[in-house]
Amino acid sequence: MTTKFTLNGQPVTVDVADDTPLLWTIRDEIGLTGTKFGCGIGMCGACTVHVNGRATRSCITPVSAISGANITTIEGLDPEGNHPLQKAWIKTQTPQCGYCQSGQIMQAAAMLKDFPDPDDEQIDSVMSGNLCRCMAYVRIREAIKIAASDMKEGASNG
Amino acid sequence: MGKFSKYIEAQGSDIVDDTPTLSRRGFLIGAAGAGFTLAFARSGLAMATPSEAVSTGAFEPTIWYQIYPDGHIVINIAEAEMGQHVGTALARIVADELEADWAQVTLNHVDTDPKWGVMVTGGSWSVWQNFTPMSHAGAAGRIALIEEGAKLLGVPKSQCQARNSRVMAGDRSISYGEIVSKGDISRSYSEDELKKMPVKEPSQRRLIGKQAHALDIPDKTNGTSTYGLDAHVDGMVYARPLVPPTRYGSKINSIDDSDAKSVEGYIKTLTLDDPTGTVPGWGMVIATSFHAANTAAKKIKVDWTPGKTANVSEQDVLDHGHDLIKDSSKGALVVDEGNVSDVFANAASTLEQDYVTHSVLHFQLEPVNALAFQKDGIWEIHTGNQWQSLIMPTLAKALGVDKDKIIMRTYMLGGGFGRRLNGDYAVPAALASKMLGKPVKMVLTREDDSLFDSLRSPSNQKLRMAFDDNGQVIGMEHHATAGWPTQVMAPFFLPKATNGEKYDPFSIQGANHWYSVGAQRLRAISNDLANDTFRPGWLRSVGSGWVNWALESFMDEAARKAGQDPIEFRLGLLKAEGKNAGSAPNSVGGASRQAHVLKRVRELSGWGQSLPDNVGMGVATSYGQERDMPTWSACVARVKVDKSNGRVTLERLSLVVDAGTIVHPDGALAQIQGSALWGASMAIHEGTELENGRVRDTNLNHYTPLRMRDVPQMDIEVVDSTETAVGLGEPATTVVGPAIANAIEDAIGVRVRAIPIRPQDVLDALKA
Repeated sequence: MTTKFTLNGQPVTVDVADDTPLLWTIRDEIGLTGTKFGCGIGMCGACTVHVNGRATRSCITPVSAISGANITTIEGLDPEGNHPLQKAWIKTQTPQCGYCQSGQIMQAAAMLKDFPDPDDEQIDSVMSGNLCRCMAYVRIREAIKIAASDMKEGASNG
Repeated sequence: MGKFSKYIEAQGSDIVDDTPTLSRRGFLIGAAGAGFTLAFARSGLAMATPSEAVSTGAFEPTIWYQIYPDGHIVINIAEAEMGQHVGTALARIVADELEADWAQVTLNHVDTDPKWGVMVTGGSWSVWQNFTPMSHAGAAGRIALIEEGAKLLGVPKSQCQARNSRVMAGDRSISYGEIVSKGDISRSYSEDELKKMPVKEPSQRRLIGKQAHALDIPDKTNGTSTYGLDAHVDGMVYARPLVPPTRYGSKINSIDDSDAKSVEGYIKTLTLDDPTGTVPGWGMVIATSFHAANTAAKKIKVDWTPGKTANVSEQDVLDHGHDLIKDSSKGALVVDEGNVSDVFANAASTLEQDYVTHSVLHFQLEPVNALAFQKDGIWEIHTGNQWQSLIMPTLAKALGVDKDKIIMRTYMLGGGFGRRLNGDYAVPAALASKMLGKPVKMVLTREDDSLFDSLRSPSNQKLRMAFDDNGQVIGMEHHATAGWPTQVMAPFFLPKATNGEKYDPFSIQGANHWYSVGAQRLRAISNDLANDTFRPGWLRSVGSGWVNWALESFMDEAARKAGQDPIEFRLGLLKAEGKNAGSAPNSVGGASRQAHVLKRVRELSGWGQSLPDNVGMGVATSYGQERDMPTWSACVARVKVDKSNGRVTLERLSLVVDAGTIVHPDGALAQIQGSALWGASMAIHEGTELENGRVRDTNLNHYTPLRMRDVPQMDIEVVDSTETAVGLGEPATTVVGPAIANAIEDAIGVRVRAIPIRPQDVLDALKA
């Protein structure tokens, strides 16, 4: 079946079985591999993308369910890869193996829309759905706070 | 080179192709392509024409780099990048001695080729093994550039110095790029000349020990870093395996794929015939997409005759281990000093305890996968791997070709932790591609990955201690059994113990401790039922992960028996004398350095402060894994126990680590943070058990590693040192578990002797 949606600002049409997870559609059909496969049951967060701005586990989201939606992946978060979260991730040297980090960053980006100035408890409760097997959690938390602060500054300066 | 890496070179004749030890080589600098290549010479090679040698690739490129006319420096890395930023650490060793401008340095991760020699990344060895040769390689380049730069500047070389990729004389200078374009830095240095190469004093270092951003990180924030899962070649089909009911001995009787035929994209199901015995009883569901293969696999019925371990449980393996320890004729006596039997027979008192660890999954977040295809007569295997040299002979046998007809392409690893030392997952992809005559991309689901994991074996240990009339320790025994990864996967590696029996050094490391305990016996026993039931894996810190659980729990119990403070008791035994005095270059200071980290952690943690009810502190320490490469670590854990439900909350970890010279401080800190949390996770969060010959928990709905909400306050101190740089990827893993158990006893007065510690275990201990 064909499904149409918007991916990182571009209209796309894919011809895959309706039950194909969005994850494999993005990776194998469209060829954007920044979004990762970890558990396949929505519990590790490596596959997190934005569907109409909301953090969504693409491994358990059938492509038929996102017909017409706006999808953003790590590749589309910022055209230059310079989202405040990405910059903070580098500043804090957060990634180790890096495999979960696309999902972590996408989850964090959605969270900052809900909690622009998150405290530890808010960060922990939102981000605990994202597994980091290298256990770089301390730095992920720190990076989110730096990005939140940078975004606030950016907003007040702008 | 260390003890065990020498074993690889000396005994791994099937694995290794003419790999001389680095210390016996000269060094070459020769023109190659647009720039110059700087590399160790192969032993016995004529040194007359370095440029000819490098241009024909006749050099030993375990460590080599290139300098280009634009000043760009490429440092080649044979180690696997799996989160430890190893490329950055190794490159900074070279660049520091080279006086290179770090901004012009890039890394190149190489694919397998016999000329690269042994490719293995594990055991926290990388920095320790490579520090001296990499320093020499950098120094040789610097000296050649200074000599040639002096000529071009028209001044004596004695007036020149190098800094930031420039050779300077007074206010004049010339860049490395210009020297390489205009001059000829071709040189060769003999082994002796190389040894005399002036290597910088620690105080002169500009990169080593200084903060730096790791070169692999930016691509890991924008989705462009490429992992094995991202490998792609035109015309490939996808495969999902049908993993049999037992690791070994299963046989497919029939496959019924009639329900799968309606799945769009389903092609067929293969029954693999594996001449290597790596994946016996495997089927492979082939389709045009992974989703189709996955969907079809769920509709396929396979009739297997399972292997003989189909009913084995965790308890069976542990019961067998218990029996093995009871039989004193079994196993390898790794240490047998003093008259242990007499000492125990005549002791005023003794202490004896048993400890258990349960199965642990690697659960590296990227499930194992591989892309295999043949192109122009060469097989290409695209996959992330930690020990290419180990799996290459198996791949050659599986494909029926010589090793030189196979290349393993290198990718970032979505987690290693030892799982990808065992490259068994490359075999089914290769077999399927050979059967189909087209490229096959095999991806394991998470559940498949867990079932096929080389898990950390369950272990049993018995420890005994003998005391004299004054309560002094006069003897100690430690008996440990588990499945032995090295015996199963790399038997050429096994050294002989004092009683002539071979043993897996990785499965007992951490036990040959630096405490002075008088008569000492250390016995390592392979659990053959474990080895038959699953393929035991090297998992972050390997044996010390279970060995130190028992050792440091027991040291605490011994301290209590002796009526001493647990830190004071340990300090009393950490005397830098006799065999524990330490020796140059690796263990200078010996037990005194372990005592030092213990004293530091006592201060850092606020040891001895009064604590609320049901809150306790516990300590543990370790020398790491190998006496030849000690990383001195000490940890204090602070826990709160809820006695109503048995729940243990880890509130705080204080860690002090002495790993000698630290090359990349922030990377080192990241390794300690991650490995300490691994230790916590294995102690109170994750873990599984064998049931009917397989692991019970295969995905995150049942297998529960530590999450962000579980992270305690962490205070980490790294000892400032210029001693030999040793490994850092693993040691902190081993101290956290016993520190937690010791803290639980401090909090509520009960002892747990098995990990993982579940709330029910605490409740049971409270009732007992």
